[in-house]
Amino acid sequence: MLLFWPIVIPLLTAVLTLLAWRSTEMQRGISLMGALALLLAALAIFSQVVETGPVSAQAGGWPAPFGITLVADLLSAIMVLLTAIVAVTVVIFSFSDVTVEEEHFGFHPLTHSLLTGICGAFLTGDIFNMYVWFEVMLIASFGLLVIGGGKTQFDGTVKYVGLNLIATVAFIAGVGLLYGTAGALNMADLHGKLAGRSGEAVVLASAAFLLFAFGSKAALFPVYFWLPASYHTPAFSTSALFSALLTKVGVYAMLRVFTLVYDIDGTVFVPILIVLAVLTMFFGAMGALSQNSLRRVLGYSIIASIGFMVLGLAIGTPLALAGAAFYLFQDVLVKTGLFLGAGVTARLTGSELFARSGGVWRARAGFSILFLIPALSLAGVPPFAGFWAKLLLVQAALDTNAWFLTFAALATGFLLLYAMGRVWAAVFWSAHPGGESAITAPLGATSLLPVAVIAILVTYLGLSAGTFVDLALRVGAELTDPSAYVQTVLGGAP
Amino acid sequence: MEIMIALLAGFLVAAGAYLMMSGKTLPYLFGLTMISNAANLIIFASGRLTFGKPPLIPEGAHSIEGASNALPQALILTAIVIGFGLLVFALALAYRSYYVLGTTKMDHMNASEPGTEVGS
Repeated sequence: MLLFWPIVIPLLTAVLTLLAWRSTEMQRGISLMGALALLLAALAIFSQVVETGPVSAQAGGWPAPFGITLVADLLSAIMVLLTAIVAVTVVIFSFSDVTVEEEHFGFHPLTHSLLTGICGAFLTGDIFNMYVWFEVMLIASFGLLVIGGGKTQFDGTVKYVGLNLIATVAFIAGVGLLYGTAGALNMADLHGKLAGRSGEAVVLASAAFLLFAFGSKAALFPVYFWLPASYHTPAFSTSALFSALLTKVGVYAMLRVFTLVYDIDGTVFVPILIVLAVLTMFFGAMGALSQNSLRRVLGYSIIASIGFMVLGLAIGTPLALAGAAFYLFQDVLVKTGLFLGAGVTARLTGSELFARSGGVWRARAGFSILFLIPALSLAGVPPFAGFWAKLLLVQAALDTNAWFLTFAALATGFLLLYAMGRVWAAVFWSAHPGGESAITAPLGATSLLPVAVIAILVTYLGLSAGTFVDLALRVGAELTDPSAYVQTVLGGAP
Repeated sequence: MEIMIALLAGFLVAAGAYLMMSGKTLPYLFGLTMISNAANLIIFASGRLTFGKPPLIPEGAHSIEGASNALPQALILTAIVIGFGLLVFALALAYRSYYVLGTTKMDHMNASEPGTEVGS
């Protein structure tokens, strides 16, 4: 039963915040309570999965593979836990970030609907059900992106909606082909039914559809263009929520489907994924270097990070998958911290454009350090979490003698360091064009607390990396050998 | 029968792609609707088409021999409902964005591109 809570709690919260439509205060209270309750449920699931291995629940008591199964293995449990952490921080940050008008247009109900979809996508064990959760997530994200909309927001939303709808169609077409050839939708069941069939044309075609669909969601080259077109337009809370979780759901779906459902080892997908991952890293890093506005740089840095994770999937050894998983985990926190931090700096300096901001270090040194921590982690500077994630991936690439991939990972890390250096120089070190007294805006606890929590978590993840790397290695092992997962879902001998 | 559905799906994708390349918001959405209907047809055909048979198993029987597969129909129904919801949102968005941005041509939509930003 525990597995239903991460879906039920945000759904209930969305309904209750809708009922409290008239009172912004009440909406905020319910929203925060809901996020905290989600955190409790996620912690309960996480501790159970760490102790006993994968757990599953059958919706409506229909036994798998006939009903819809919810499964939490370590990867799902950690992703749900991170989702809950991001939810709490973003909801608190939104109190001082989102305008009253946006709250009246339904910021809180939409946020919790989005969380429902995200948790559902992480927990489901059924590929059609995953499609449904993707849609829940998508429609909520459309709403969040456009509320309070001015010109830029509408422009960004049109592009986001237009390109994401194509991915949706590809997803459903891929599921259709998959069902046509395997006659199953439960992912554990599909694992058995597709074993040894990875070379068949229909299987490859359905995998290609799903790769396109998940690649679009994850912002993989060459289908990432919706991300830099839209992520810098909405409220900072929304930006943070999206960049922390939405692309990661795409990566999660890839990690899940291309290890559990399809056995991509030795198929054409390995070279395709490698090429796409390297190009994604390259274009993401170059994009981050070429932009002159804070959230645009950060948006491109999401793309570069996605490249790292897909690289881990493409290499495919347990160590590489562990690296991809660890990168995924820390990137959720890093991106939340960076985008929330961007919200604070924009409020302080009055602009996101590099040319019109600066002087934050001189005016607010404490906050500057809180921003610097996730920025350094993104660039892969020890001892922060991003360093260990890159280390695992580089180690995995070296183990397979993939010198070029090692070079690509290190070069991208260097470019990201340079991009973060530009941000630091332009926004924090250089003088504000309005002079020293330009920064006067006060910083409330609701803006600083979330950024501080994320910075502490990123540091903690880096300093006690041993524990978390062990967890990531367990995730990698579970992904390469999903027999425990399959056994939990279907019962009986693996 | 499957070949007819496959050809129809192919035709819908071709027509939809043609419309989507027009560079305007409304034809783009209409094209997208066609393509999503093609995807629905793919699911429909994936359950194997049986003519004139109800999705019911005769009393006492255990196999689905002689009955049509009801699952793809349930899947399509879900997909249609979701697709309809998305389409309604997208149409409303196209309408509002025409008023806010003053154009339906995608090449002219650049309010969020670097250098042309309003505010910030």
